[in-house]
Amino acid sequence: MIPRKHHRILVQGITGKQGTFWTNAMQEYGSRIVGGVNPKRAGTEHLGVPVFASAREAAKSTPFDISIMFIPPMMAKAAAIDACEAGAKMLVCLTEHIPAHDVMEMHVAAAANGTQIVGPNTAGLVTPGECFVGIMPGFNHRVFQPGRIGVVSRSGSLGTLVCLNLTQQGMGQSAFYGVGGDPMIGTTSADAVRILDADADTDAIVLCGEIGGSAEEDAAAYAKTMKKPVVAFIAGRQSPPGKKMGHAGAIVAGGKGDYPTKRAALEKAGVAVADTPSGIPGLLKERLASSAA
Amino acid sequence: MNFEEHAAKPLLAKCGIKVPESKLAHDPVEAGRAAEMIGPCVVKAQVPTGKRGKAGGIKLAASADEASSHAEKIIGMEIGGWPVEKVLIEAQTKIDRELYAAIVNDSATKGPMLLFSQMGGMDVEEAAEKDPNAMRRVPFSIIDGLTEEVAREAVAGLGLDAVEDQLVSTLVNLYKAYRALDAELLEINPLVITADNQVVALDCKLTVDDGAAPRQEAIVPLAAPEKRTELEAKAAAEGLKYIELGGSVGVIANGAGLTMTTMDVISHYGGQPANFLEVGGEAYTKAKTALSILLENPNIKSLLVNFCGAFARTDVMAEGVVSAWQELDPDIPIFFTIHGTGEDEAIALVKERLGVEPFDLMDDAVKAAVTAANERASV
Repeated sequence: MIPRKHHRILVQGITGKQGTFWTNAMQEYGSRIVGGVNPKRAGTEHLGVPVFASAREAAKSTPFDISIMFIPPMMAKAAAIDACEAGAKMLVCLTEHIPAHDVMEMHVAAAANGTQIVGPNTAGLVTPGECFVGIMPGFNHRVFQPGRIGVVSRSGSLGTLVCLNLTQQGMGQSAFYGVGGDPMIGTTSADAVRILDADADTDAIVLCGEIGGSAEEDAAAYAKTMKKPVVAFIAGRQSPPGKKMGHAGAIVAGGKGDYPTKRAALEKAGVAVADTPSGIPGLLKERLASSAA
Repeated sequence: MNFEEHAAKPLLAKCGIKVPESKLAHDPVEAGRAAEMIGPCVVKAQVPTGKRGKAGGIKLAASADEASSHAEKIIGMEIGGWPVEKVLIEAQTKIDRELYAAIVNDSATKGPMLLFSQMGGMDVEEAAEKDPNAMRRVPFSIIDGLTEEVAREAVAGLGLDAVEDQLVSTLVNLYKAYRALDAELLEINPLVITADNQVVALDCKLTVDDGAAPRQEAIVPLAAPEKRTELEAKAAAEGLKYIELGGSVGVIANGAGLTMTTMDVISHYGGQPANFLEVGGEAYTKAKTALSILLENPNIKSLLVNFCGAFARTDVMAEGVVSAWQELDPDIPIFFTIHGTGEDEAIALVKERLGVEPFDLMDDAVKAAVTAANERASV
């Protein structure tokens, strides 16, 4: 799914410093925050919405579609399972450094309850002009403008740069989908590309990948079947092998997940690959012009 | 976190997996003494990397004198870039068959996966690449765990009936260890069947999830040291992700994706990045510490600051960089490009306190930093 302004959002960890800052920013932009969770503050109000002891408690009186977690890594598993069992359709998991075994258990709970997990370690999602769910500068009009380009990114900071480049070239976005920098994420790059391919408001897709894993190769396999143009940039061309480049998932190990392999897979699938992020808007214009012709 | 054999094997033994008797030695005298107690033994280099046998780091010794002289040769060797500082003196095992068993985190199924092969030994990865049937890959549920049933099926049909029960309990115990240790990878190669039909782990490779370190306090001190330069170690102690790269353009950016991209664009415009240094995520308040570590690298000829703030507020990061810059007063030019959360305040701050005009386009900032670094390098 793509977050819309009618979607009801629950904020787990709403009363913390970051929870408060970003909930306020989301509310100001138009995101429909209906409640928050903090077991110690249950029964009170925060930022004009009721605070509950758990997502399951919240669901009883305040139904929600999306839950977003501002929860530290060691407590993330319990919070995520709570949100899944409470019936969240989408769970946006910002937390970085959640133990991998906990992440596996979260994915089992999500599958059992029909919850779409975005992340862990995502910066969230932005639907320009409607709402945002996460820690992206969705409210910054120089970065995000409504339009018809869908953007998928493993990295929040790179995604911000790419949307800025698009906006500077007059190309607004239908949706920004941050999938996260962890190795075991719920919604993969390929999943997000598929979602945007099915979206009637999206004309073309930008895929921001990085070294490590096989997310770009998987997305390439799907892109092959698409009519909408796809343009990609892959970060990490100059990164040395065997080192984790910040993200737990960004590592070239045993010759796997390297830049040339990813670029070749994307180009073989008909995806235009930009050398630098500033090259993306030009390639998009070319592809859109030739697909319209 | 990686664990060397000598640290990993006792963790396996705790979970009920048989391992040979062994003793760690740091010098030839200690090795000889250990061999006297153990008898005919294997002298094994302890480094957190594979292919030790091929590199000459594993030798059989019939006597204590022989063990001591092997230890003398092996200690001080370099294997896979690691200096050998200690050897494991381990009792010899009469091997009938060599198998391979491992449990890993599988990204495709988002769960654990058992790997099992009857072709254990030195080149199992190569063998599995040539013949995919050589390695059985069995994903299973983390909720049910590795059941006896799944383990039995994984070892069936390979002529291992005589030791099947032992193998099954070894695999079930391997999973127990994998869970208890928050392992990303727990591998036994070779897992041997001895001449008297015992199932014994002759080697063990263990990688523990860094994210689980807070709840694995007991084993964290046993981990092998990371291969880090002095500055990398200093940055790690401050909780910063810093990697030295040998170029001349210093990089300070927020977020892994943007930092990698900045390095790529530097290289695209004919420069070489000096480092990876990310101040995003929770580290966004540490810009000052980050900058002072980065400036200790003598190869840096210019500095590029690229902030594209989402969670990380650019005004907070800019304040850190500007304060550190004024305090350290380095003799190199600095270039900025700043966008995202807090950009107006950040840009004003840089202009006012450093008299530097940030570039609107990242490409322009990169080109300027590369040109400056190249000019200063040629002087």
